[in-house]
Order: sequence, then C-alpha cells, then structure tokens
Amino acid sequence: MKIAVCIKRVADSETRAKVAADGKSLDEAGVKFILNPYDEFAVEEALKRKEAAGTGEVVVIAVGAASSQETIRTALAMGADRGVLLQADAGTADPLAVARVLAAELKDGGYDLILFGKMAIDDYHQAIGPMTAQLLDLPCVTAITTLTIAGTTGTAEREIEGGVEVVTFPLPAVLTADKGLNEPRYPALKGIMAAKKKPLEVKPVQLAATGGAGLEVLAMSLPPDRKEGRIVGEGAAAVAELVRLLREEAKVL
Amino acid sequence: MSNVLAVLEQRDGTLRKVSLEVVTGARRLADALGGTVDALVLASGPVQGADQAAACGADTITTATHAGFARYSPEGSARVIAERARSGGYGAVVLAATATGKDLAPRVAARLGAAFASEVTGMGVEGGTVIATRPVLAGKAQLKVKVTGTPVVVSLRPNVFTPVQNPKAGAAQSVAVPGDAGRVVVQEIKAAPAGSLDVAEAAIVVSGGRGLKEPANFALIEKLVQAFGGRAALGASRAVVDAGWRPHGDQVGQTGKTVSPSLYIAVGISGAIQHLAGMRTAKCIVAINKDKDAPIFKVADYGIVGDLFEIVPKLTEEIGKLHG
Repeated sequence: MKIAVCIKRVADSETRAKVAADGKSLDEAGVKFILNPYDEFAVEEALKRKEAAGTGEVVVIAVGAASSQETIRTALAMGADRGVLLQADAGTADPLAVARVLAAELKDGGYDLILFGKMAIDDYHQAIGPMTAQLLDLPCVTAITTLTIAGTTGTAEREIEGGVEVVTFPLPAVLTADKGLNEPRYPALKGIMAAKKKPLEVKPVQLAATGGAGLEVLAMSLPPDRKEGRIVGEGAAAVAELVRLLREEAKVL
Repeated sequence: MSNVLAVLEQRDGTLRKVSLEVVTGARRLADALGGTVDALVLASGPVQGADQAAACGADTITTATHAGFARYSPEGSARVIAERARSGGYGAVVLAATATGKDLAPRVAARLGAAFASEVTGMGVEGGTVIATRPVLAGKAQLKVKVTGTPVVVSLRPNVFTPVQNPKAGAAQSVAVPGDAGRVVVQEIKAAPAGSLDVAEAAIVVSGGRGLKEPANFALIEKLVQAFGGRAALGASRAVVDAGWRPHGDQVGQTGKTVSPSLYIAVGISGAIQHLAGMRTAKCIVAINKDKDAPIFKVADYGIVGDLFEIVPKLTEEIGKLHG
C-alpha cells in the first residue's frame, strides 16, 4: 500500500499570539513550531496501514518554507519512508493555492491513500484535504475517527452534530484525520537517528492564485481582552449569589 | 449587482436551525452587493421548515431532490451547488461551518476555482469586494481577509450570525436533480443518546477538567448539564480527554472544538492557553476551581473558589429549581 501524508509545520498550541510588525501575521519570535497535531494522526494511520500490510511506502509531503524540513524529519522519525518538501518561500492565505501544488505533486504518484490532518491548528481552514481530493477527482471523507479497509472499499466514521456518520468509499481516496483515529507514536531515538538518513526531496513551487480568485490577508488582530471578572465567593455558600448574578446581571439563565 | 446563493441544511427531512443563520448572513451580503438571496436545500423530498428561510430574507427557496440526498451526499451535493452557483452567475455562496458545511464548502470552492473563507465571524463589502473576518489559532487572533473573485465561497461559524427577521417572498420551488449522487456514501447515522446536544452548538456548556480527580466524577457534570433542561452540553479539557476519561468529541480547545455559548461553566479546569483559545468567545464564563490563582479566573466573569464536590451539587440544585 502506497500512502501519502500531507503535513504542515505550525505554531505550538501553547503559543501566545502576538502580531508581527507587518500587522498581518504572527510574530514568530520565541514561538516553538511543531508538526500539526492532527497530522500526527494521519502519519500514525499511514504507518499502521503499512505495518499491517507488511509492505508499502509512506511518503510525507509538506508545503512551506525551508524550515518545514524539520517537520518532515519528525514524521520520518515516526517511521515514514521519505519526504518531499514543496518549497514556497512566500506563503499564502489561500487554501486552494496550496491544494493546487499538492494535487500536482500527488497526481501521478500512484497512491492508494492520501491522508491529511482534518485541519491545521494555525490557519483553521479545514479545507486543503477536500480541495485536493476535488482537484484530483478522488473520493474524500473528512474528519474521520475510525477507518477499516477491505480490498478496495473503505469504511470510516465521522462525527456530526449529535451523531456519527458511517461512510463508505472506494480506494484510492483522500481522508482527513480527526483526534480519536489512533494514538500517535512518539519518535524513538532509533527513529530519530534513522530519519537523518532518509531521503528528503526539495522541489520549488509557486503558491500563486489563479484567475483573480484568492484570499489576501489585510490585517491580523488580537481579540479584545475579556474584562476582568470577579470572585463571587468561596465554596457552596457562594452558589446562590452566582445564580442571582447569572440571572439578573449577565441575563444568561 | 450580485446575487447570493445560501446553502441550507436538513436532517431527516427537517431544516436545521443553523440554516437561518446562513440566510441571515447571506441577506446581509446580498444587501451590500445589491442582489437577491436564493436559498438552496438538498434533500430526498420536501423539507419541513424550509419556508422559514423566507422570514430571514430568502427571495427564493429551491429544494433540489435526489433519492441519494436523504443523508448528506458529499460529491452529489458539491456538484449540484457548484453547477447552480455557476449557471446562476452568483457573486457569493454561503454555507454554515457545521460538520457538513466544513466537508462540503471546500469541495464547492475547488470545483468553482473560487476563493474560500471558512469559519467566518464577520462579513462586509468594500468596493464591491467581500471582506471577511475569520479566527485563526483557535481564536487567539483573527484575520481580516479580502476574498476575491466571482463567485466567492464563505462558511459561517455557527452561533455568530443570530437570525434576524427580514421577510422576503421566499418563492418556493422543487427541482429533481439528475445524475449520480457520488462514490462517497453515508450508509447510516448512529445517533448520539437522545436529547444530547453537541458541545459546539449548545447555548450552555459545562466542562470538566482534571479537578474532577477521576472519570466517574463526571457524573456530577452530567447532572448539572441535565439540570439545564436540554439547553446544555458537556465539554472536557484536553487533559481529561488525553487521559481517556472522556471521548475526544467533548474536547474544548485549540485541538478540540471552539465554542461560543452564552454561558460556559469551567469546573476543575485550570485554564491552559490552548483551552482558553477554544472558549474565550463565550458570552459569560463561570469558573469553579480550588486554586484561586488558576488562569481560568483571568477570563471568567464570575468565579467561585473552593471544593467543586460541594459547589457543583449545590449549583445543580439551584439550577434545577429554576428549571423545575
């Protein structure tokens, strides 16, 4: 089974947001960057599938600046076989521009499965997986929490409001992983050493919008601080006053 | 002048409430663009409540029917919506950023080669171009983006665009959709236990954290949720989800769900930055924690310091009296 996993380098979830001098982006000073947490589920799923089949290849693909090589090495340390960096020195806010370069790379790769995390925890688009699938005209199921494959038919579950959809699809397919799909492994020291020697190909790409359609960031801002609240009191004795405040002051009950 | 296509959602043949938010958002955009709002809902037959879209500003309401549209059909839906967006010459396509909308909207945008802004919390038009506000980093920051091209596709974050009465004709029609519903098929929907609300949609969220000490103690949180009489949902911190105490679907935070309820009650949650990111847009935040220095008190409107095992049952009793 040949599996591609599309990954992204993102700011760690414990990052405090500060706007950079350009007024449009995150100030990266002092920020720790990690493999997008949802992509870890995708990498883990690919490795499990390959291990279960006893044969195959797991290729991790990232779009980004040269710094994304480090993120690819993390996935290689988990056990992926090789990496491809589609290196774009200028980033983009436009998910379709990213999906286009991924689709071009994946098109003739002969992959049985193409996996993504359900979203990147920085830009929150939750779009690049299904967009790539659409461009490749492949079946796609997003935000999956279970996956079984029998022959060339897959069954996945995805959460919806108040329930779970059970979805079937033919392979090859594009899937995006939600938390709950599996427990991602930590790279072992042996894996980290091995990752340094695994192939990592760098291909320059342009993230250009086409046909005049696209997203352009005008400004980044921080949400207003919440006004300082108050401690109503201590212990169960404060509950009656809390309920009064919720009814009469906040008017939320 | 430019018209707006509002994509509605139904489940089991009934219009979902979030669709009225979509119509409200679409109406605002259409008024700024000087156009009409055409609502479109995909179903296997008549959709109960679809006429409500007229009250929120839909000039027309079209039900596109196909036997394969009883449940969500990703490929068939994307095809029908994109074809309609193109043939109708729409300036914008508006959907809800629900589980369905998050899956569907990017497909529609890719089919159209259109710019896509997801989880939009604010929208306007400047010089004929759509300008949208969308949260990033789980709401730690927001971006103002220019969405260029015709059409553009936007998905609206639920609970933000409060439905506004703005009655229009809502001329209804039904059209049968030919062709295949697609390769990806929803075979069944396993329903969550009756009466349980999704944490992302509930007006009130009660979340529990490590302060509950062990999984069985979530019964305290469940009782408080029940006391709100069907308006509340249960949430959880990442710590307890990672520990396996609660399913991942309950998680609130940057690697879980982002919620904007009118009331958020954090019980035994210290308030890690990634949790605060997921709930800081709640209208009112209550924190119950034994540590008076816990970061959660910095964002809470009201706090009670003390033993949650005494406070929560008392709160459950008081809320129960109100709803009794």
